Amino acid sequence: MFRSNIPSSEITPKHVYLSRRDFMKAAGVVGAGALLAACAPNAATETAPSVLPDVPNTLEDITNYNNYYEFSTDKEAVAPLSKNFQTRPWDVEVSGLVNNPKTYAIEDLLKKFPQEERIYRLRCVEAWSMVIPWMGFSLAKLLTEVEPTSDAKFVRFEAVYRPEEMPGLKSPFYDWPYQEGLRLDEAMNDLTLLATGLYGNLLPNQSGAPLRLVVPWKYGFKSIKGIVKIALTDTQPKTLWSTASPNEYGFYSNVNPNVSHPRWSQSSERRIGDLARRPTLMFNGYEEQVAYLYDGMDLAKYY
Amino acid sequence: MIKRYTPLQLLIHIGAWIPIARLVFEAFTGGLTANPIQHIEQRTGRAAITLLFLSLAATPLNSLFGWKEPLQRRRALGLYAFMYATIHVIIFTDLDYGLAWSLILETVFQKPYILVGAAAFLLLIPLAITSFDIWKVRLKKNWKRLHQTVYFIAPLVVLHYAWGKKGTFFALQGDILLPLIYGLILVLLMVLRIPAVRRFLASARTRWRRPVNSRNPAI
Repeated sequence: MFRSNIPSSEITPKHVYLSRRDFMKAAGVVGAGALLAACAPNAATETAPSVLPDVPNTLEDITNYNNYYEFSTDKEAVAPLSKNFQTRPWDVEVSGLVNNPKTYAIEDLLKKFPQEERIYRLRCVEAWSMVIPWMGFSLAKLLTEVEPTSDAKFVRFEAVYRPEEMPGLKSPFYDWPYQEGLRLDEAMNDLTLLATGLYGNLLPNQSGAPLRLVVPWKYGFKSIKGIVKIALTDTQPKTLWSTASPNEYGFYSNVNPNVSHPRWSQSSERRIGDLARRPTLMFNGYEEQVAYLYDGMDLAKYY
Repeated sequence: MIKRYTPLQLLIHIGAWIPIARLVFEAFTGGLTANPIQHIEQRTGRAAITLLFLSLAATPLNSLFGWKEPLQRRRALGLYAFMYATIHVIIFTDLDYGLAWSLILETVFQKPYILVGAAAFLLLIPLAITSFDIWKVRLKKNWKRLHQTVYFIAPLVVLHYAWGKKGTFFALQGDILLPLIYGLILVLLMVLRIPAVRRFLASARTRWRRPVNSRNPAI
Protein backbone atom coordinates (compact mmCIF):
# COMPACT_ATOMS: atom_id res chain seq x y z
CA MET A 1 0.00 0.00 0.00
CA PHE A 2 2.79 2.39 0.86
CA ARG A 3 5.36 3.36 -1.64
CA SER A 4 8.07 1.29 -0.07
CA ASN A 5 9.31 -0.31 3.07
CA ILE A 6 12.79 1.05 2.63
CA PRO A 7 13.68 2.92 5.79
CA SER A 8 13.09 6.55 5.10
CA SER A 9 16.59 7.35 6.32
CA GLU A 10 17.88 5.65 3.19
CA ILE A 11 15.59 7.65 0.94
CA THR A 12 16.22 11.00 2.51
CA PRO A 13 19.88 11.71 2.96
CA LYS A 14 19.97 12.98 6.51
CA HIS A 15 23.22 14.86 5.97
CA VAL A 16 21.24 17.24 3.82
CA TYR A 17 19.31 18.30 6.90
CA LEU A 18 21.89 17.82 9.62
CA SER A 19 25.24 19.41 9.90
CA ARG A 20 27.88 16.98 11.08
CA ARG A 21 27.80 18.43 14.56
CA ASP A 22 24.02 18.16 14.82
CA PHE A 23 24.27 14.65 13.49
CA MET A 24 26.64 13.60 16.25
CA LYS A 25 24.30 15.20 18.77
CA ALA A 26 21.29 13.39 17.35
CA ALA A 27 23.21 10.12 17.37
CA GLY A 28 24.02 10.70 21.02
CA VAL A 29 20.39 11.28 21.83
CA VAL A 30 19.35 8.06 20.15
CA GLY A 31 22.02 6.26 22.17
CA ALA A 32 20.64 7.77 25.35
CA GLY A 33 17.16 6.75 24.29
CA ALA A 34 18.28 3.16 23.85
CA LEU A 35 19.89 3.22 27.30
CA LEU A 36 16.73 4.63 28.81
CA ALA A 37 14.74 1.94 27.05
CA ALA A 38 16.80 -0.74 28.68
CA CYS A 39 15.89 0.30 32.20
CA ALA A 40 12.51 1.99 31.74
CA PRO A 41 10.33 0.41 29.10
CA ASN A 42 7.77 3.20 29.48
CA ALA A 43 10.09 5.82 28.11
CA ALA A 44 11.23 3.73 25.21
CA THR A 45 10.80 4.49 21.60
CA GLU A 46 12.24 1.05 20.86
CA THR A 47 9.17 -0.94 21.84
CA ALA A 48 7.22 0.39 18.88
CA PRO A 49 6.19 -2.26 16.37
CA SER A 50 7.42 -0.03 13.59
CA VAL A 51 9.88 -1.10 10.95
CA LEU A 52 10.63 2.47 10.03
CA PRO A 53 13.25 4.25 12.10
CA ASP A 54 12.46 6.87 14.71
CA VAL A 55 15.24 9.38 14.45
CA PRO A 56 14.81 12.59 16.45
CA ASN A 57 14.02 15.57 14.27
CA THR A 58 16.46 18.43 14.18
CA LEU A 59 16.11 21.30 16.65
CA GLU A 60 15.72 23.51 13.57
CA ASP A 61 12.62 21.61 12.39
CA ILE A 62 11.14 21.22 15.86
CA THR A 63 11.41 24.92 16.65
CA ASN A 64 10.30 26.36 13.30
CA TYR A 65 7.19 24.34 12.56
CA ASN A 66 4.81 24.93 15.44
CA ASN A 67 1.09 24.87 15.95
CA TYR A 68 0.58 27.50 18.64
CA TYR A 69 -2.57 29.35 17.63
CA GLU A 70 -2.22 31.90 20.43
CA PHE A 71 0.56 33.37 18.29
CA SER A 72 -0.44 32.42 14.77
CA THR A 73 -2.11 29.73 12.68
CA ASP A 74 0.94 29.89 10.41
CA LYS A 75 3.33 27.27 11.72
CA GLU A 76 6.35 29.17 10.47
CA ALA A 77 5.28 32.46 12.01
CA VAL A 78 5.10 31.18 15.58
CA ALA A 79 8.85 31.23 16.21
CA PRO A 80 9.39 34.91 15.26
CA LEU A 81 6.14 36.09 16.89
CA SER A 82 6.91 34.38 20.19
CA LYS A 83 10.49 35.63 20.40
CA ASN A 84 9.80 38.29 23.03
CA PHE A 85 7.19 36.40 25.01
CA GLN A 86 7.91 36.75 28.75
CA THR A 87 8.16 33.44 30.59
CA ARG A 88 9.47 34.89 33.89
CA PRO A 89 7.99 35.31 36.42
CA TRP A 90 5.68 32.35 35.84
CA ASP A 91 3.31 30.76 38.30
CA VAL A 92 1.39 27.53 37.93
CA GLU A 93 -1.70 27.22 40.09
CA VAL A 94 -2.62 23.67 41.05
CA SER A 95 -6.07 23.59 42.57
CA GLY A 96 -9.50 21.96 42.60
CA LEU A 97 -10.21 18.62 44.22
CA VAL A 98 -6.84 18.24 45.95
CA ASN A 99 -5.77 18.15 49.58
CA ASN A 100 -2.78 20.43 49.06
CA PRO A 101 -3.62 23.15 46.56
CA LYS A 102 -0.53 25.16 45.77
CA THR A 103 0.82 27.76 43.40
CA TYR A 104 4.28 26.90 42.15
CA ALA A 105 6.78 29.30 40.67
CA ILE A 106 8.34 27.69 37.58
CA GLU A 107 11.75 27.76 39.30
CA ASP A 108 10.31 25.66 42.15
CA LEU A 109 9.01 23.05 39.72
CA LEU A 110 12.37 22.88 37.97
CA LYS A 111 14.16 22.48 41.31
CA LYS A 112 11.72 20.12 42.97
CA PHE A 113 11.29 17.55 40.21
CA PRO A 114 14.35 16.06 38.55
CA GLN A 115 14.27 16.63 34.80
CA GLU A 116 14.64 13.56 32.65
CA GLU A 117 14.94 13.18 28.92
CA ARG A 118 12.09 11.45 27.10
CA ILE A 119 12.21 10.83 23.37
CA TYR A 120 8.65 10.70 22.13
CA ARG A 121 6.90 10.55 18.81
CA LEU A 122 4.49 13.45 18.33
CA ARG A 123 1.61 12.85 15.93
CA CYS A 124 -0.26 15.94 14.78
CA VAL A 125 -3.90 15.55 13.77
CA GLU A 126 -2.87 17.21 10.49
CA ALA A 127 -1.16 13.90 9.65
CA TRP A 128 2.45 14.86 10.14
CA SER A 129 4.70 13.66 12.92
CA MET A 130 8.05 14.29 14.57
CA VAL A 131 10.34 12.60 17.08
CA ILE A 132 11.22 14.98 19.89
CA PRO A 133 13.70 14.66 22.75
CA TRP A 134 11.85 16.41 25.57
CA MET A 135 13.10 17.25 29.04
CA GLY A 136 10.59 17.18 31.87
CA PHE A 137 8.98 15.14 34.61
CA SER A 138 5.95 12.90 34.93
CA LEU A 139 2.75 14.77 35.66
CA ALA A 140 2.04 11.96 38.16
CA LYS A 141 4.80 13.29 40.41
CA LEU A 142 3.18 16.70 40.70
CA LEU A 143 -0.29 15.21 41.18
CA THR A 144 0.94 12.88 43.90
CA GLU A 145 2.33 15.87 45.73
CA VAL A 146 -0.95 17.84 45.72
CA GLU A 147 -2.93 14.68 46.59
CA PRO A 148 -6.13 14.46 44.50
CA THR A 149 -9.18 13.74 46.66
CA SER A 150 -11.26 10.63 46.07
CA ASP A 151 -13.79 12.74 44.10
CA ALA A 152 -11.22 13.84 41.53
CA LYS A 153 -11.78 12.18 38.16
CA PHE A 154 -10.35 14.58 35.60
CA VAL A 155 -7.51 17.06 35.25
CA ARG A 156 -8.14 20.37 33.57
CA PHE A 157 -5.32 22.46 32.09
CA GLU A 158 -5.47 26.11 31.17
CA ALA A 159 -2.96 28.03 29.07
CA VAL A 160 -1.71 31.56 29.50
CA TYR A 161 -3.91 34.32 28.06
CA ARG A 162 -1.97 37.49 27.24
CA PRO A 163 -3.43 39.13 24.12
CA GLU A 164 -0.90 41.97 24.20
CA GLU A 165 1.91 39.46 23.70
CA MET A 166 0.04 36.80 21.73
CA PRO A 167 -1.53 38.22 18.55
CA GLY A 168 -3.45 35.06 17.69
CA LEU A 169 -5.66 35.53 20.74
CA LYS A 170 -7.42 38.34 18.88
CA SER A 171 -9.08 35.78 16.62
CA PRO A 172 -12.77 35.60 17.52
CA PHE A 173 -13.16 32.09 16.14
CA TYR A 174 -11.85 30.30 19.22
CA ASP A 175 -13.03 29.95 22.79
CA TRP A 176 -9.89 31.33 24.49
CA PRO A 177 -8.04 30.64 26.70
CA TYR A 178 -6.80 27.30 25.39
CA GLN A 179 -7.91 24.52 27.67
CA GLU A 180 -7.33 20.81 27.68
CA GLY A 181 -8.19 17.87 29.86
CA LEU A 182 -7.29 14.30 30.73
CA ARG A 183 -8.95 11.60 32.71
CA LEU A 184 -7.14 11.19 36.04
CA ASP A 185 -5.80 7.74 35.17
CA GLU A 186 -4.46 9.07 31.85
CA ALA A 187 -2.84 11.92 33.73
CA MET A 188 -1.25 9.49 36.19
CA ASN A 189 0.24 7.28 33.45
CA ASP A 190 3.99 7.54 33.55
CA LEU A 191 4.19 8.51 29.86
CA THR A 192 2.30 11.76 30.54
CA LEU A 193 4.96 14.40 30.77
CA LEU A 194 5.13 17.97 31.96
CA ALA A 195 7.84 19.19 29.61
CA THR A 196 10.21 21.99 30.52
CA GLY A 197 12.94 21.46 27.96
CA LEU A 198 13.98 20.32 24.52
CA TYR A 199 17.29 18.81 23.37
CA GLY A 200 18.72 19.30 26.86
CA ASN A 201 17.91 23.02 27.10
CA LEU A 202 14.94 24.95 28.47
CA LEU A 203 11.88 24.98 26.22
CA PRO A 204 11.93 27.68 23.54
CA ASN A 205 8.90 29.98 23.58
CA GLN A 206 7.42 28.56 20.37
CA SER A 207 7.39 25.07 21.88
CA GLY A 208 5.27 26.10 24.87
CA ALA A 209 7.72 27.60 27.38
CA PRO A 210 8.07 27.40 30.25
CA LEU A 211 5.77 24.44 30.89
CA ARG A 212 3.72 22.29 28.55
CA LEU A 213 2.00 18.95 28.55
CA VAL A 214 3.16 16.05 26.37
CA VAL A 215 0.76 13.11 25.94
CA PRO A 216 2.47 11.08 23.22
CA TRP A 217 -0.38 8.65 22.47
CA LYS A 218 -2.83 11.46 21.73
CA TYR A 219 -2.96 13.94 18.84
CA GLY A 220 -0.65 16.89 19.38
CA PHE A 221 -3.35 19.43 20.25
CA LYS A 222 -3.95 17.62 23.55
CA SER A 223 -0.42 18.62 24.59
CA ILE A 224 -1.32 22.11 25.79
CA LYS A 225 1.39 24.79 25.86
CA GLY A 226 2.14 27.62 28.29
CA ILE A 227 0.29 26.06 31.24
CA VAL A 228 -0.74 28.41 34.07
CA LYS A 229 -3.49 26.40 35.76
CA ILE A 230 -3.97 22.74 36.58
CA ALA A 231 -7.20 21.85 38.33
CA LEU A 232 -8.65 18.51 39.42
CA THR A 233 -12.36 18.15 38.75
CA ASP A 234 -15.14 15.61 39.00
CA THR A 235 -16.63 16.50 35.62
CA GLN A 236 -15.10 16.15 32.17
CA PRO A 237 -13.42 19.47 31.33
CA LYS A 238 -14.24 21.50 28.26
CA THR A 239 -11.43 21.57 25.72
CA LEU A 240 -10.77 24.20 23.07
CA TRP A 241 -10.87 21.93 20.03
CA SER A 242 -13.83 19.84 21.10
CA THR A 243 -15.69 23.12 21.57
CA ALA A 244 -14.63 24.47 18.18
CA SER A 245 -15.40 21.29 16.29
CA PRO A 246 -17.19 18.70 18.40
CA ASN A 247 -17.72 16.21 15.55
CA GLU A 248 -14.09 16.21 14.75
CA TYR A 249 -12.18 16.45 18.00
CA GLY A 250 -13.39 14.42 20.92
CA PHE A 251 -12.23 14.61 24.50
CA TYR A 252 -10.01 11.54 24.15
CA SER A 253 -8.39 12.20 20.77
CA ASN A 254 -6.20 9.12 20.97
CA VAL A 255 -4.06 8.50 17.90
CA ASN A 256 -6.06 5.83 16.14
CA PRO A 257 -5.56 4.75 12.51
CA ASN A 258 -8.54 2.37 12.66
CA VAL A 259 -11.37 4.63 13.67
CA SER A 260 -12.74 6.26 10.58
CA HIS A 261 -13.03 9.89 11.44
CA PRO A 262 -15.94 12.13 10.42
CA ARG A 263 -13.58 14.17 8.35
CA TRP A 264 -10.06 12.84 8.39
CA SER A 265 -8.61 9.49 7.57
CA GLN A 266 -5.79 9.05 10.06
CA SER A 267 -4.32 5.87 8.65
CA SER A 268 -1.06 7.39 7.45
CA GLU A 269 1.25 10.25 8.27
CA ARG A 270 4.38 11.98 7.05
CA ARG A 271 7.32 12.09 9.39
CA ILE A 272 8.87 15.52 9.04
CA GLY A 273 12.05 15.01 7.02
CA ASP A 274 10.69 11.98 5.14
CA LEU A 275 9.33 11.95 1.62
CA ALA A 276 7.09 8.88 1.74
CA ARG A 277 4.15 8.51 4.11
CA ARG A 278 4.23 5.87 6.79
CA PRO A 279 1.37 4.00 8.44
CA THR A 280 0.08 5.56 11.64
CA LEU A 281 0.39 3.28 14.66
CA MET A 282 -2.35 2.57 17.20
CA PHE A 283 -1.91 4.92 20.16
CA ASN A 284 1.00 6.34 18.19
CA GLY A 285 2.97 3.18 18.95
CA TYR A 286 2.44 3.33 22.72
CA GLU A 287 -0.24 0.65 22.77
CA GLU A 288 1.65 -1.52 25.25
CA GLN A 289 1.82 1.28 27.78
CA VAL A 290 -1.67 2.78 27.49
CA ALA A 291 -4.14 0.35 25.89
CA TYR A 292 -5.30 -0.85 29.35
CA LEU A 293 -6.71 2.63 30.03
CA TYR A 294 -9.38 2.03 27.41
CA ASP A 295 -10.30 -1.60 28.08
CA GLY A 296 -13.91 -2.21 27.10
CA MET A 297 -14.36 1.28 25.68
CA ASP A 298 -15.75 1.82 22.19
CA LEU A 299 -13.04 4.00 20.73
CA ALA A 300 -15.22 4.92 17.76
CA LYS A 301 -17.70 6.45 20.18
CA TYR A 302 -15.13 7.96 22.52
CA TYR A 303 -12.90 9.47 19.83
CA MET B 1 3.93 42.15 -36.78
CA ILE B 2 4.73 42.37 -33.11
CA LYS B 3 1.76 41.65 -30.93
CA ARG B 4 1.14 44.43 -28.45
CA TYR B 5 0.24 43.43 -24.95
CA THR B 6 -2.02 45.59 -22.85
CA PRO B 7 -0.92 46.42 -19.30
CA LEU B 8 -3.62 44.10 -17.91
CA GLN B 9 -2.40 41.27 -20.09
CA LEU B 10 1.17 41.78 -18.96
CA LEU B 11 0.03 41.89 -15.34
CA ILE B 12 -1.85 38.61 -15.72
CA HIS B 13 0.86 36.75 -17.58
CA ILE B 14 3.59 37.87 -15.20
CA GLY B 15 1.49 37.68 -12.04
CA ALA B 16 0.28 34.16 -12.75
CA TRP B 17 3.84 32.84 -12.67
CA ILE B 18 4.78 34.52 -9.40
CA PRO B 19 3.58 31.65 -7.15
CA ILE B 20 5.76 29.19 -9.07
CA ALA B 21 8.69 31.59 -9.08
CA ARG B 22 8.29 32.02 -5.34
CA LEU B 23 8.26 28.27 -4.73
CA VAL B 24 11.39 27.82 -6.87
CA PHE B 25 13.09 30.63 -4.95
CA GLU B 26 12.11 29.04 -1.65
CA ALA B 27 13.34 25.66 -2.83
CA PHE B 28 16.79 27.13 -3.35
CA THR B 29 16.86 29.16 -0.14
CA GLY B 30 15.48 26.48 2.19
CA GLY B 31 12.18 28.28 2.60
CA LEU B 32 9.84 25.38 1.88
CA THR B 33 9.28 24.78 5.64
CA ALA B 34 9.87 21.55 7.53
CA ASN B 35 6.95 20.01 5.64
CA PRO B 36 7.71 20.97 2.03
CA ILE B 37 5.17 18.75 0.30
CA GLN B 38 2.28 20.16 2.29
CA HIS B 39 3.65 23.66 1.78
CA ILE B 40 3.71 23.30 -2.02
CA GLU B 41 0.30 21.65 -1.95
CA GLN B 42 -1.25 24.51 -0.01
CA ARG B 43 0.51 27.23 -1.98
CA THR B 44 -0.56 25.89 -5.40
CA GLY B 45 -4.07 25.35 -4.07
CA ARG B 46 -4.30 28.95 -2.97
CA ALA B 47 -2.94 30.16 -6.33
CA ALA B 48 -5.59 28.09 -8.13
CA ILE B 49 -8.48 29.45 -6.07
CA THR B 50 -7.21 33.03 -6.35
CA LEU B 51 -6.91 32.85 -10.13
CA LEU B 52 -10.31 31.19 -10.44
CA PHE B 53 -11.82 34.02 -8.42
CA LEU B 54 -10.06 36.63 -10.56
CA SER B 55 -11.61 35.03 -13.63
CA LEU B 56 -14.99 35.27 -11.92
CA ALA B 57 -14.36 38.93 -11.14
CA ALA B 58 -14.24 39.89 -14.84
CA THR B 59 -17.98 40.20 -15.37
CA PRO B 60 -18.62 42.16 -12.15
CA LEU B 61 -15.75 44.51 -13.05
CA ASN B 62 -17.49 45.12 -16.34
CA SER B 63 -20.90 45.72 -14.80
CA LEU B 64 -19.48 47.93 -12.03
CA PHE B 65 -17.12 50.08 -14.03
CA GLY B 66 -18.00 49.35 -17.62
CA TRP B 67 -14.47 48.02 -18.02
CA LYS B 68 -14.59 45.60 -20.93
CA GLU B 69 -11.06 44.29 -21.15
CA PRO B 70 -11.33 41.81 -18.23
CA LEU B 71 -13.95 39.93 -20.25
CA GLN B 72 -11.26 39.11 -22.80
CA ARG B 73 -8.88 37.91 -20.08
CA ARG B 74 -11.20 35.38 -18.47
CA ARG B 75 -9.81 32.53 -20.52
CA ALA B 76 -6.21 33.22 -19.54
CA LEU B 77 -7.14 33.53 -15.86
CA GLY B 78 -9.25 30.37 -15.96
CA LEU B 79 -6.52 28.38 -17.68
CA TYR B 80 -3.90 29.57 -15.21
CA ALA B 81 -6.26 28.55 -12.40
CA PHE B 82 -6.55 25.13 -14.03
CA MET B 83 -2.78 24.89 -14.38
CA TYR B 84 -2.33 25.43 -10.63
CA ALA B 85 -5.18 23.08 -9.81
CA THR B 86 -3.47 20.43 -11.93
CA ILE B 87 -0.13 20.95 -10.19
CA HIS B 88 -1.95 20.84 -6.85
CA VAL B 89 -3.58 17.50 -7.72
CA ILE B 90 -0.39 15.99 -9.17
CA ILE B 91 1.52 16.89 -6.01
CA PHE B 92 -1.22 15.32 -3.92
CA THR B 93 -1.33 12.04 -5.86
CA ASP B 94 2.36 11.73 -6.67
CA LEU B 95 4.49 13.44 -4.05
CA ASP B 96 2.11 13.26 -1.10
CA TYR B 97 0.61 9.83 -1.67
CA GLY B 98 3.32 8.31 -3.85
CA LEU B 99 0.76 7.18 -6.46
CA ALA B 100 -0.52 4.56 -4.01
CA TRP B 101 -3.95 4.56 -5.62
CA SER B 102 -5.69 2.36 -3.07
CA LEU B 103 -4.61 4.76 -0.34
CA ILE B 104 -5.57 7.75 -2.49
CA LEU B 105 -9.04 6.37 -3.16
CA GLU B 106 -9.50 5.55 0.51
CA THR B 107 -8.49 9.08 1.39
CA VAL B 108 -10.76 10.66 -1.22
CA PHE B 109 -13.80 8.83 0.10
CA GLN B 110 -12.96 9.14 3.78
CA LYS B 111 -12.20 12.83 3.76
CA PRO B 112 -15.11 14.88 2.45
CA TYR B 113 -12.86 17.88 1.87
CA ILE B 114 -10.78 15.88 -0.58
CA LEU B 115 -13.91 14.46 -2.19
CA VAL B 116 -15.30 17.92 -2.97
CA GLY B 117 -11.84 19.05 -4.10
CA ALA B 118 -11.57 16.08 -6.46
CA ALA B 119 -15.08 16.76 -7.78
CA ALA B 120 -14.22 20.40 -8.42
CA PHE B 121 -11.07 19.41 -10.28
CA LEU B 122 -12.85 16.84 -12.46
CA LEU B 123 -15.53 19.40 -13.31
CA LEU B 124 -12.88 21.94 -14.29
CA ILE B 125 -11.35 19.61 -16.88
CA PRO B 126 -14.10 19.98 -19.55
CA LEU B 127 -14.07 23.74 -19.02
CA ALA B 128 -10.33 23.90 -19.63
CA ILE B 129 -10.55 21.67 -22.72
CA THR B 130 -13.41 23.63 -24.27
CA SER B 131 -11.97 27.03 -23.49
CA PHE B 132 -10.69 27.49 -27.04
CA ASP B 133 -12.60 29.30 -29.77
CA ILE B 134 -13.15 26.22 -31.88
CA TRP B 135 -15.20 24.66 -29.09
CA LYS B 136 -17.15 27.82 -28.64
CA VAL B 137 -18.21 27.52 -32.28
CA ARG B 138 -18.89 23.79 -32.09
CA LEU B 139 -20.90 23.84 -28.90
CA LYS B 140 -22.84 26.99 -29.75
CA LYS B 141 -25.35 27.73 -26.96
CA ASN B 142 -24.21 24.76 -24.93
CA TRP B 143 -20.78 26.30 -24.54
CA LYS B 144 -22.16 28.99 -22.31
CA ARG B 145 -24.21 26.50 -20.34
CA LEU B 146 -21.17 24.29 -19.87
CA HIS B 147 -19.07 27.18 -18.66
CA GLN B 148 -21.76 28.32 -16.28
CA THR B 149 -21.05 25.19 -14.22
CA VAL B 150 -18.25 27.29 -12.73
CA TYR B 151 -20.94 28.78 -10.47
CA PHE B 152 -21.26 25.34 -8.98
CA ILE B 153 -17.52 24.60 -9.00
CA ALA B 154 -16.45 27.77 -7.20
CA PRO B 155 -18.46 27.04 -4.03
CA LEU B 156 -17.08 23.49 -4.07
CA VAL B 157 -13.59 24.94 -4.11
CA VAL B 158 -14.38 27.19 -1.14
CA LEU B 159 -15.85 24.22 0.70
CA HIS B 160 -12.72 22.19 -0.08
CA TYR B 161 -10.59 24.97 1.39
CA ALA B 162 -12.81 25.48 4.43
CA TRP B 163 -13.18 21.80 5.29
CA GLY B 164 -9.46 21.26 4.93
CA LYS B 165 -8.91 23.54 7.91
CA LYS B 166 -9.34 22.61 11.54
CA GLY B 167 -12.65 23.85 12.88
CA THR B 168 -16.31 24.05 11.93
CA PHE B 169 -16.76 26.38 8.97
CA PHE B 170 -20.51 26.87 9.23
CA ALA B 171 -20.33 27.48 13.00
CA LEU B 172 -17.54 30.04 12.49
CA GLN B 173 -15.30 28.12 14.86
CA GLY B 174 -11.63 27.38 14.40
CA ASP B 175 -9.12 28.14 11.66
CA ILE B 176 -11.62 29.45 9.11
CA LEU B 177 -10.66 33.10 8.56
CA LEU B 178 -9.12 32.73 5.08
CA PRO B 179 -11.80 30.38 3.69
CA LEU B 180 -14.39 32.74 5.14
CA ILE B 181 -12.87 35.69 3.30
CA TYR B 182 -12.86 33.72 0.04
CA GLY B 183 -16.44 32.64 0.69
CA LEU B 184 -17.60 36.21 1.24
CA ILE B 185 -15.82 37.40 -1.90
CA LEU B 186 -17.53 34.62 -3.85
CA VAL B 187 -20.93 35.67 -2.49
CA LEU B 188 -20.23 39.27 -3.50
CA LEU B 189 -19.12 38.24 -6.99
CA MET B 190 -22.24 36.11 -7.39
CA VAL B 191 -24.58 38.85 -6.17
CA LEU B 192 -23.07 41.23 -8.72
CA ARG B 193 -24.07 38.76 -11.43
CA ILE B 194 -27.75 38.64 -10.59
CA PRO B 195 -29.45 40.09 -13.71
CA ALA B 196 -31.47 42.63 -11.69
CA VAL B 197 -28.32 43.83 -9.92
CA ARG B 198 -26.48 44.05 -13.22
CA ARG B 199 -29.26 46.05 -14.86
CA PHE B 200 -29.35 48.38 -11.88
CA LEU B 201 -25.58 48.88 -12.04
CA ALA B 202 -25.68 49.46 -15.79
CA SER B 203 -28.37 52.12 -15.55
CA ALA B 204 -26.65 53.72 -12.54
CA ARG B 205 -23.50 53.94 -14.60
CA THR B 206 -25.17 55.61 -17.57
CA ARG B 207 -26.86 58.08 -15.24
CA TRP B 208 -23.47 58.91 -13.79
CA ARG B 209 -21.66 59.14 -17.07
CA ARG B 210 -23.70 61.67 -18.94
CA PRO B 211 -25.60 63.62 -16.35
CA VAL B 212 -24.22 67.11 -16.76
CA ASN B 213 -24.53 67.55 -20.51
CA SER B 214 -27.95 66.08 -20.93
CA ARG B 215 -29.50 67.86 -18.00
CA ASN B 216 -27.82 71.17 -18.50
CA PRO B 217 -27.06 71.71 -22.18
CA ALA B 218 -26.09 75.31 -21.55
CA ILE B 219 -22.71 74.37 -20.14
